Amino acid sequence: MIEILSSSALATVQDQGREGYLRYGVGTAGAMDRLALSVGNLLLGNPEDAAGIEIPMFPFRIRFLEDTAFAITGADCAARLGERSVLPWWTAQASKGDVLTIGVPASGTRCYLSLAGGVDVPVVLGSRSTQLRGQFGGYNGRQLQKGDVVQAVGLEQAAPLHELAREAGFGTVPPEFSIPRPLAVPEAEATETVVRVLPAAEYDCYQPESLAAFWSEGWKVTPQSDRYGYRLAGPTLSAVRVIEKRSHGIVPGVIQVPHNGQPIIQLRDAQPSGGYPKIGTVIEADLWRLAQARIGTKLRFVQTTYPEAVAALEDVERYLAKVRNLVDLFRGSRH
Amino acid sequence: MTCIIEHASIAYAGTAGQMRLDSERTAHAMKQDDSDPPLCISMLGTTAMLFEAPGALDLRAQRRIWTLAREVESWPGVREAVPGVTNLMLTFSTPPADPGLLDAALRDAWAAAGELQIEGKVVELPVEYGGEFGPHLHDVVAHTGLSVDEVVQLHCAPLYTVFALGSHPGYCYLGGMDPRIATPRRKVPVLGLPGGAVSIGGVQTGVSASTGPSGWNTIGHTSMSFFDPMRDNPATLAPGDMIRFRVERIVS
Repeated sequence: MIEILSSSALATVQDQGREGYLRYGVGTAGAMDRLALSVGNLLLGNPEDAAGIEIPMFPFRIRFLEDTAFAITGADCAARLGERSVLPWWTAQASKGDVLTIGVPASGTRCYLSLAGGVDVPVVLGSRSTQLRGQFGGYNGRQLQKGDVVQAVGLEQAAPLHELAREAGFGTVPPEFSIPRPLAVPEAEATETVVRVLPAAEYDCYQPESLAAFWSEGWKVTPQSDRYGYRLAGPTLSAVRVIEKRSHGIVPGVIQVPHNGQPIIQLRDAQPSGGYPKIGTVIEADLWRLAQARIGTKLRFVQTTYPEAVAALEDVERYLAKVRNLVDLFRGSRH
Repeated sequence: MTCIIEHASIAYAGTAGQMRLDSERTAHAMKQDDSDPPLCISMLGTTAMLFEAPGALDLRAQRRIWTLAREVESWPGVREAVPGVTNLMLTFSTPPADPGLLDAALRDAWAAAGELQIEGKVVELPVEYGGEFGPHLHDVVAHTGLSVDEVVQLHCAPLYTVFALGSHPGYCYLGGMDPRIATPRRKVPVLGLPGGAVSIGGVQTGVSASTGPSGWNTIGHTSMSFFDPMRDNPATLAPGDMIRFRVERIVS
């Protein structure tokens, strides 16, 4: 059990998302960086579908109301439990009364606080994720506020930790150091986020020079970027003709181009249908990179193919398998 | 109760005739910007595939989309079949190894798909047009050159068919609006519109199910609960259901 001490922090309860209700107009919601949440759950021995708290604004403070194991994953945050430093991508143990302060990240933009067993909120339409537009799921269908008390499910039979691991905790390598960064041409700067894009239905409707700019230029993440979508700023993308589409389903990662020629990447809280032309889709395997792109930094798009996009998903799976193996070593489930 | 729900078949002779007319009008209006597109199948990354039916935006095409949705939702690797407006999105539980095979199977299924006759219910929604909750009624009047009364009469005359749900939980895309009241989407979306907003966006009309932003022109307001996440079937309306707007009041 924890108490939220920060006010208007825009933090929400999220799991891997709500699948199977798009035909009722219900978007998936879910963690922006699902990979970071997955690792948090793995480190703690939680079920894969356990919910955590997605934190996009810092500093973020909570008080533990009971002894609880936790982990912080995602953005590289300087966190302190009382006076002690807490490593990111590492397990830690809080005692009743401890205050956890998660500071402004050195890199990345969202972090995930996972609690032993996962955050205990009711499953609504198959998920614990917060559906902000529908005002359901998560913690009473809304963002967390100062004074909210959030329960953890707890783990009745936590796997026995290796003795050393119990004292010092254990952790893993963040995915950006394990999964190779896609290669942009011309070469991307270190501060740019590189993601792979599969062209979508209206790709061929853009002027050749617009398409060239799409792949070669940096696209600034504007302040009007959030869980709904990232509005980007860069060269104007001009279509060869005016495109009006009938409303159709879309998924997180779809890059739409409204009539002003400045692309918008639809993300986890986006409406699940739309009619703007689509120039491409950021592939599923790179959405975690996108989730950590900061406002004011630039994105770079790398053209990919469907087989490469599927292979990229396998790279992510291989990384998760390595983390799973590491956790098994410490938790001793193989013995 | 603010609405009357009665069960009816959309195969009623009078109703069907009216709807054919509505569909033709819609199709005519769409031709201005859509010019009967060809069949198109495209990928949305590795998450989904989009099938867009060829030809006019009409109820006949939509009924075939409903058939296609029922057919493909049980295909292996398909998580969900999501009808849009004369299109269908398939989301994957497992990305297909060869999307070309799925593409071909979709074309075959479309060629074989007949028109699904859904025994939909008819819902009557009382609407307060104009005033505080219909702030853009006058913009529609200005754009169309019609009077307030004419816009309202044309808007509440047809029996609208729910083509598909989307946009936000419980929201219905309606087919059958009279193209004479078609009004372009707003340049700047309006934030925080309350649920129940009756609005026009281009040649389409609809009712919002919850508070949120909208780029459409809000011409009125109705009170009805369209969505309850605690129900197994959370949406009040389904594709094939029909809506009739009844004028409760005009505030001009």
